[in-house]
Amino acid sequence: MSLRVLVGVKRVIDYAVKIRVRPDKLGVVTDGVKHSMNPFDEIAIEEAVRLKEKKIAKEVVAVSCGPTQAQETIRTALAMGADRGIHVEIPAKEVEKLEPLHVAKIMAKLVEQEKADLVVLGKQAIDDDSNATAQMTASILDWPQATFASKIEKTDGELQVTREVDGGLETIKVKLPAVVSADLRLNEPRYATLPNIMKAKKKKIAKMKAADLGVDTTSHFEVLEVADPPVREAGIKVEDVDTLITKLKETGRI
Amino acid sequence: MRLRVCEGQGEVGHDVNIVVRKVIQDGGLEVGLRLYVLPGRCVALGWCGAVVVVRVVAQRWCSSASPRITTHYSVVPRETDARWADVDMERYEDEADVVVVGGGPAGLSAAIRLMQRAQQEERELRVMVVEKAADIGGHILSGACLEPRALEELFPDWQERGAPLNTPVTKDVFSFLTEKGRLNIPILPGMPMHNHGNYIVRMGHVVRWLGEQAEELGVEVYPGTPASEVLYRSDGSVAGVATGDVGIAKDGSPKDAFARGMELRAKCTVFAEGCHGHLAKQLYTKFNLRENCEPQTYGIGLKELWEVAPENHKPGTIEHTVGWPLDRFTYGGSFLYHLAEDQPLVSLGFVIGLDYTNPYLSPFQEFQRFKTHPSVAAVLRGGTRISYGARALNEGGLQCIPKLTFPGGCLVGCSPGFMNVPKIKGTHNAMKSAMLAADSIFDQLTDEKNAEAEWVEPVSYETTLRDSWVWKELHAVRNVRPSFHSPLGLYGGLLYTGLFYVLGRGKEPWTLKHGVRDAERLKPASEANPIAYPKPDGEVSFDLLSSVALTGTNHDHDQPPHLTLRNDSVPVERNHGIFDGPEGRFCPAGVYEYVPLESGDGVRLQINAQNCIHCKTCDIKCPSQNINWVVPEAGGGPAYDGM
Repeated sequence: MSLRVLVGVKRVIDYAVKIRVRPDKLGVVTDGVKHSMNPFDEIAIEEAVRLKEKKIAKEVVAVSCGPTQAQETIRTALAMGADRGIHVEIPAKEVEKLEPLHVAKIMAKLVEQEKADLVVLGKQAIDDDSNATAQMTASILDWPQATFASKIEKTDGELQVTREVDGGLETIKVKLPAVVSADLRLNEPRYATLPNIMKAKKKKIAKMKAADLGVDTTSHFEVLEVADPPVREAGIKVEDVDTLITKLKETGRI
Repeated sequence: MRLRVCEGQGEVGHDVNIVVRKVIQDGGLEVGLRLYVLPGRCVALGWCGAVVVVRVVAQRWCSSASPRITTHYSVVPRETDARWADVDMERYEDEADVVVVGGGPAGLSAAIRLMQRAQQEERELRVMVVEKAADIGGHILSGACLEPRALEELFPDWQERGAPLNTPVTKDVFSFLTEKGRLNIPILPGMPMHNHGNYIVRMGHVVRWLGEQAEELGVEVYPGTPASEVLYRSDGSVAGVATGDVGIAKDGSPKDAFARGMELRAKCTVFAEGCHGHLAKQLYTKFNLRENCEPQTYGIGLKELWEVAPENHKPGTIEHTVGWPLDRFTYGGSFLYHLAEDQPLVSLGFVIGLDYTNPYLSPFQEFQRFKTHPSVAAVLRGGTRISYGARALNEGGLQCIPKLTFPGGCLVGCSPGFMNVPKIKGTHNAMKSAMLAADSIFDQLTDEKNAEAEWVEPVSYETTLRDSWVWKELHAVRNVRPSFHSPLGLYGGLLYTGLFYVLGRGKEPWTLKHGVRDAERLKPASEANPIAYPKPDGEVSFDLLSSVALTGTNHDHDQPPHLTLRNDSVPVERNHGIFDGPEGRFCPAGVYEYVPLESGDGVRLQINAQNCIHCKTCDIKCPSQNINWVVPEAGGGPAYDGM
């Protein structure tokens, strides 16, 4: 059984960069800021490529919904081993308004078009921390979902997935086709080395718009304000336990 | 004749005595040989007409008590490391006509010029640029006031092409600072800091634009690709570079994801690494390029970008100061430029000559202190600091320019060093040098004589450089910087500049020397006075770690520290013992820390390699010259935006 795997990759602000709130307080500064592939998506691509190396998958398609520069993110995925890419172009001004529901609808449409058997996504994006796209995609497709995967094994037409949950680890079986979301410990992604980057230049990236897929990207909600977290106040040292109790009473903690 | 080699013991980088026994029939002859030990490599020496090859088989540490800090393979060779015995070390190879190391103003100008010539003369040319930053412009840091002279030659239509030169200079101010006061010194045309016709730019954005122009012309630009090794042919010529290996763990062992770098071979390799490049360092030794010039002298430049209150913003204004907070024997000064961009931005910074003598001096703290001066704080108050960074810069001028070409390659830009110190500008000279080198390389490559040649050496580059405006300019200012070394310090320097540069235009027949190298200038801590720096006020001055966070710097933590030490025991014994650990003060990113040992007595050096912002100051200023900066794994380093 040879699967065609669709993997979503998102271009996000690099995790090491210090975020700044925009002067209009409706978002963060993204112009000129260093971006890279969402770390969980790197893990997703790595897992899909490993499935291909184990001959469980026959093709890995990397998908990104984003501005023109999202092509660089797709190129990185291609350099890691994906076979071809699909870039759903979103105008720069609308990128931050794109919601998990829109992406899920886009992914569902692409699954139909590409006749994919497996969708692997990162569990969440490090900019919005939504943790919703995989679940919504599965729901729209009416496919089983295996989220927060830390191990994936294939058993006859089914996937055995170990999930990281609050209480520990949960192992479930899901029938294919399915949607999986990758968690941190699933694998350690390979580096996109220069020879592979050079080879990736020859791989194809198809371009399209959300409207071409019949997906409406109108926002469902409006951002009212984005603000920095409050500055941490300095603490004080107290002399003894009695003073501590007094202080705690003063501030209404006890 | 039989040869028997007996074992010798030595340290990397030093001579070792080895006894070789030459057995001649029934007799024997013992001869002592002095050989230079390189890490893990065979050393050859001619002896009695025969070549003796000695292989370093094991590296033993000086004492079992010495700390193990450095695990990088440039110091601990993998050929002798059991953990690497089964690893496939084959590398992919690719070939281009020219490989350029470094995607800064010089590197990109060289690549662009080559493709322009190729287009003009309708020839195919494959030019590759490798740059260690994840994005072009990501490691660029400069004031900057750009003299557009070289850009005009490269792209006469730079304005139509949208080059981000948005702020023409409208006002020039030069002042002498005292602790609370400020004395303006009038600037007349002819003085080095007269900036009419120049532009205040965000150099990172200019470089990003140059990168786009290069790609449009067909240059292959590879960011996130550090060049870690120079490749040589058997005839000793430079064959190209190898990109860095990835996937090595902190202890020096191979990880599962280990992947070898790639070999990029070319007929000519252009080294444009910027100030104090790590590969250039190796080339100086290999080809003896510095035998007829003085050792380079440097400065460290720290810089911040501020969004200021609109009432404090005067776009097009350039301000330079000397004096406070530095004493008259420490060379340095500040810059403050008002940019005309979408937001009210001010670019300000501080440069300190690395020939300073007090080991207690902290360039970062001097910069923070400078911002508290009433005239400076007035501009910054109510504003927000949005970026911070630092980089070493070359100050040696004409006296320190090495031989620029060698078989298979050449050096361009701030790497050999063409900065005009009194003007505080080097980019225009860097670009021009690269363009001249490119012309020379192209002529050589297309010369029929070289059709079958494996490599070319752009020898005419040195000649055309000496005939160009770059050389005229550097010749005129050659004595300004060294004039600060007299007992009159700053005042002597200003006097000399006034007399001989402004009035005499640098025509005096003598050339002053710089003298002792920067690394040898530090006084022992016992002879120096600690400096009490004020605490950061959180409004205009800040602490080191929050500043480092603004650089966006990051490196994968699980890799050998790229700040390698030649000898792991020297820091505590010498740097700390004699100089009280100056690297903890001159590093603008808090990489070096002397932490107390758990046992209570003594300290150890902790290297926070992740903080490194690739400024190269430690490699320059370490008083024991024990620190060797090498390039870290792909994509690491600061994430500057338009710095």
